[in-house]
This record gives sequence, C-alpha cells and structure tokens, in this order.
Amino acid sequence: MLTLTSEVDGQMAESAVLRPRRGWLHRDTKGWIFVGPFLAVFALTFLAPIGYAIYLSLFREQAFFGGNTFVGLDNYAEVVRDSKFWEAFLRVLLFLVVQVPVMLVLALLAALAIDSARLHASSFFRIVIFLPYAVPGVVAVLMWGYIYGNNFGLAADLNDLLGSTAIQPLSKSWMLPSIANIVTWEFVGYNMLIFYSALRTVPEELYEAAAIDGAGTVRTILAVKLPALRGAIVIATIFSIIGSFQLFNEPNILRTLAPNVITTYFTPNMYAYNLSFAGQQFNYSATVAIVMGVITAVIAYVVQLRGSREAL
Amino acid sequence: MKTTHRRGLRRLVVATAAVTAASLLLAACGGSDDSGGGDQPQASPDAVNAALEKGGTITYWSWTPSAEAQVKAFEKEYPNVKVNYVNAGTGNDQYTKLQNVIKAGSGAPDVAQIEYQALPQFALPGSLVDLRQYGFDTFASAYTPSTWTAVHAGDGLFGLPQDSGPMALFYNKEVFDKYGIAIPKTWDEYVAAAKKLHAADPKKFITNDTGDAGFATSMIWQAGGKPFSTNGKAVTINLADAGTQKWTGVWNQLVTGGLVASIPGWSDEWFKALGDGTIATLAIGAWMPGVLESSVKGGTGKWRVAPLPTYDGQPATAENGGSTQSVLKQSANPALAAGFVRWLNHDGGVKPFLESGGFPSTTADLKDPAFVDKKSPYFGGQQINQVLTGAAGSVVKDWSYLPFQLYANSIFGDTVGKAYQSKSDLNPGLKAWQDALVSYGNQQGFQTNG
Repeated sequence: MLTLTSEVDGQMAESAVLRPRRGWLHRDTKGWIFVGPFLAVFALTFLAPIGYAIYLSLFREQAFFGGNTFVGLDNYAEVVRDSKFWEAFLRVLLFLVVQVPVMLVLALLAALAIDSARLHASSFFRIVIFLPYAVPGVVAVLMWGYIYGNNFGLAADLNDLLGSTAIQPLSKSWMLPSIANIVTWEFVGYNMLIFYSALRTVPEELYEAAAIDGAGTVRTILAVKLPALRGAIVIATIFSIIGSFQLFNEPNILRTLAPNVITTYFTPNMYAYNLSFAGQQFNYSATVAIVMGVITAVIAYVVQLRGSREAL
Repeated sequence: MKTTHRRGLRRLVVATAAVTAASLLLAACGGSDDSGGGDQPQASPDAVNAALEKGGTITYWSWTPSAEAQVKAFEKEYPNVKVNYVNAGTGNDQYTKLQNVIKAGSGAPDVAQIEYQALPQFALPGSLVDLRQYGFDTFASAYTPSTWTAVHAGDGLFGLPQDSGPMALFYNKEVFDKYGIAIPKTWDEYVAAAKKLHAADPKKFITNDTGDAGFATSMIWQAGGKPFSTNGKAVTINLADAGTQKWTGVWNQLVTGGLVASIPGWSDEWFKALGDGTIATLAIGAWMPGVLESSVKGGTGKWRVAPLPTYDGQPATAENGGSTQSVLKQSANPALAAGFVRWLNHDGGVKPFLESGGFPSTTADLKDPAFVDKKSPYFGGQQINQVLTGAAGSVVKDWSYLPFQLYANSIFGDTVGKAYQSKSDLNPGLKAWQDALVSYGNQQGFQTNG
C-alpha cells in the first residue's frame, strides 16, 4: 500500500493540475496506515461475517436437493410469525427482567461491603466472590448439574432428608430459576469487580467532605458512592442484557439432564444453533441471529441512552 | 444533542456488530455451495484391488472402540496404505462436523462411520459413494437381511454393515428373583411386572425412558409400524398407524402410571442406576453387553438376556442402533477408501471388531459356534449370544427411517418429550412430531404427506 502510493505520488508530481489532489491523497494515506491494521481485522472478523449472514438470510437453500433461491425478506417475515422464536425470546426476556437486577444488586452490595473499611480480610472476600467467574462456563454448569440431579447430588440428598420430593431443580417450573442461579453465581464476582474498581476512583476528598458535613455510612453511599457508580452500573447492565439474550451454554448443557424440559428452541441462540446444525437450515438460522442481534442492540442502546441521560 | 445522537448511532452500529458477529459465527460456518467430487473413471473390483496395492493415504472418522486395532491390522496387511484415524465425536457430534465439512466442500474424511438411521440423510443429498460400482452388491448374502437393507438408500448401496443391534431384553436377575418376577414374554406381562416391582419398592423401576427417538422408533418397528416411507422426493409420515398405536397402547400405561424412571439414557445417573438395581430391565440392541461390561462394573453377575417381549408371544424384534462405514464423495481416492471399507466389514477387520466385544452383522460370524456358544462371565456364565443371534433372525422386515431422521430425532424432545414430561398420552406428542416433520420435509423440497 505504501509503495503503491509513493509511485502514484511520483507520477502525479509531474502533473501540475493534479497537485491539490495529491495533497489530499497524502494526508489521507497517513491516516489509513494507522487505522489499516485495525480495519483489516475488524472487516475480517466483524463486518464480513455479518455481511455474509445478511446475504444468507436473503436466500433459501434446500439441504437435500440443493437449489439456492433468492427469497428477499421472506425469512424475516417467517421469523416474525415464528411462535418458537417468540417463545424463546420471551423466555430470555423474563430471565433478563428477573435475573439481571438480582445479580447486579448482589454485586453492588458485595462491592460496597468490600469497599467499606469495616470488612476484615476484604481482599480474601474479593477473590472468593470473583472465583466462580474464573471457572470455565461449561465446567460450572456440569458441576451445578450434579448438584441439581434428581436422583443423586445435593437436591436428591435434601429430598431424602426432608422425606419429600419438593426440590426438583430440573423440572419444568424450576428450570429457569435454576439457570438464573448458575448465571448469578458465575457473574456476581465479575460485576462486583466492575463496581469495586469504579468505587476506587472516587477521590478521597469527597469522603472527607461528606464526613465533615456529618454524613453517616448510608448517606455517604447514597450521596457519594452511588452517583459515582452510575456509569459502571449502566455498563454492567448492558453487558448483562447482551449476556441474557445470548444465553446458550447453561441450557445447552443442562439439556442432557432434562431433555424434555429444555427444547431445541429454549433460547434464541439455541434455536439458531439447532436450526443450523440439526436442521441444516442455515439461511433461516442466520435470519434468527440477525433479528435477535438487532433487538439486543436496540434494547442495549435504549438502556445506554436512558442511563446517560439520567447521569446528566 | 446532535453529537450525542451521532455518537449513539455509531455505538449502536458497533453494538449491533458485536452482538450479531458473535451469534452469526455459527451461522456463518455453513454456506457455500455443495460440490461433490466426480466419480472415478475406472470403477470395478479390480480398481479397488489395484488401489490397495498402489497405496496412498486416507482419513477415517469413527468412534467405534475397535477402530484403532482395526486400523493397525489393516496397515500391517497393506503396508502401502496409511490411514489417519480420527475420533471426531460420537453420533450427533460427528454428524454435525461431517455435515459442516460436506457443506464447506472440503475437509471431509475418505471413510466415515455412519449409523443406519443417519445413512439416508447423507446418502440422498449425494454425499456418499454408491459402492455398487465396485461390485460390492455381490456381498448381499454375507450380511443379515435387516442390516443389508439398512445400508441402502433408494437403489444405491452406500456402505457395508459393521455391527447390528437386534433388540433383546436385558434384565437384572437379582432384582427379578428378589421380588419374584418372572421373565415377561409379552408386553402385557412386562407391564404387570413393572407394576409389581414399583409397588414392592417405589425406588425401583422396570426401565428408564425420558423420551428417546431411537428407542421409540425401534419399538414402533417391533410392533409392526411403518410410519416412514420414502419414494424419491415423496415422503409419507404416519405416526398413528396400527403398529405405532400398538406400541403406545402398552407404553402409555408405563408412562402415565409413572412406572418408568425419568433418568436420561447414557447419563452418569443411568450407569449408576443400571448397577444398583434402580433400573431392572432394558429393551436395547445386542451391542449392549460390551457397554455393560465396560461401564457398569457394579452389575457383574446380575444381568441376564432374554428375547424381547412381544405382543402375541411370537418372536419378533427390531434393530436398535448399528453402524456402517461409508465412502465420502469428497474422497480424492474413492477406490482406496472402498478397499478399506471392504477390508473393515467384509474381510480382516471383522476379527478385531469381534474381539472388542462388537455384535456382528455378518451371517458367517453369527453362525460360528465359537461366537454363539461363548459363555459370558459378566452375565453369570449365560450363553448370551444364543439369545442375541436368535434375535438377529427375527427382525421385523420392511422398516425404513426418514431421509432426515437425524433432524427428526433432534426435535423428538420438543414434541413427544412434552408427553413424557407431563406423564400423559404419547399419541398427541407423536402427532405434534409428525406435523413438525411434515412441515420440515416440505421446506426441504420433499413432497411430504402426514
């Protein structure tokens, strides 16, 4: 790229007419050299797959007899009418509305506790609460699967102890809370760390001023710490929304333990996965993924907009 | 305000990109047009022999326990041939990879293990080599009729049978003796045994079933049902035929009565339950002894084998599982690949297969006294192969799987599974399964009737 442009420059120097244009090109080139490596990777790993998926979503190919036909927006119209997709979407939406606030409040409490000078061995608690995040997701779910097991594991032992069959973490009505429990366990520490690091950036002077004004612990939290955390809370909420909509690992692994409770369309991502890899419906799968991606982005954007507006 | 808005927009674009990119990577793995390699010009038994002499390198995907020993023995016999053996996962895991490399147009193995129920799904779109061109159709008499039928799709021959899985009743004799249960000869007796056992000990079950498509289709097969038929592009699905209803008539009693353990097959819990008597019987393929011996040590001496119960007391059974080895169209050296398949399942490969505890599909081995009369210590010295080879001879004829059986199996839990979940009538679940399959079939270009 560099050699090419200097050659062009050399040729252009002879032509006075093109001189102004040469200056433009020159300035432009420098910028491209700086962003080039990033853009190349960005185009390859972000834009190309999305472009390809959008391309796929406009066609319909039959796995058995070939025949790739352009169908325009038919696939999108089908997603809109697809009750399986909306069932999956509403399920993750419910999950989001319940699980994310619970997890973030827990993370907030943990961060405030660790940040307060009153807790002994705060670094110990910090690492212990964060530790589940370091456990690979698949391993974590397998471990929880053992705990949830109906015929062995903790749930079975508790049932034996109580002489009942009340605890059924893998049954239909318990499944979503059971998954929420795993996700909360996994990500409380991660969010706690985001909040904690935001708290660490609060200047000492603010606390001193609050103390001089006679603010107690609760008042300091409400007036100093929470406003300082607002940005971090918005970020953590957006991450959690994206995470919830992309729910996949946990239900997909628990599926082997509860095949009839967790359907192939339990979450939108599972639906897209199974459409592709069990049904070979790559085109429709791409459409589902795009629709879900757009919905997620819009919701994340609205949250961000609201969050920053309140901050002003 | 305007700047915030524009920044917001840009972020929206970036966020959309991030979110979609992650979820689309999986979708993007598919795509690109299918390109099957052309047939080799000279195709005959001689071409296969010549290719084996000349040598070369082929790749083999399989999860059978005997694969490594077989590859070693083959390479010893044909030193010019190098076989790259890859265990690309068991069952569905391997099929997913196989479908991806077929779709991608490159990266497929030369030879792959494929279960009988999955064969049409690969054969019909033209991903496999028709082995009739190498004269393999002359081997018909060497295999049991049911497995020989199973390696065909349409008119084509797309593999040679490796193992077979005629169903039999595996039962825990210790449990049966303790509760005074006789070996059931009919399904009615089986239901009675289920009730008696569960009443005597609520923690024990006659069997487990959480809804398994492979099991359900085999049971329908045994009952004489023929729910799936394919003729070219025309597919007929009738999951309410007489045979299917015969099966649900029996099985509904067990499911709605809570007489089957809700333990998914092949889970850790399942292996444990097979060892400690929680699960008293299994109606399953003849390949099960090897699994019990290697994975259920606690069951040593307790298990026995009996013929599968029937509806009228006359011997009848179905195949449950079993695999073939097929040559992929993508193979650069199909003659050599076919030679390997011929050796595996029609030649020297059968011996290491039997040594690893496999149940053969070759009639000569099924009649061999050394195999038939072998006493099995795990089964308390019972000559189990007498029962199992008997089963191989009484498989109900004319069964066929769907051309998209793998997909069908994948949505069994979504539809029939709901009936299992609520312990209710299986028939509405089967109807829902049928409806979903008809609509999938039509989307894929079949003329599907339900």
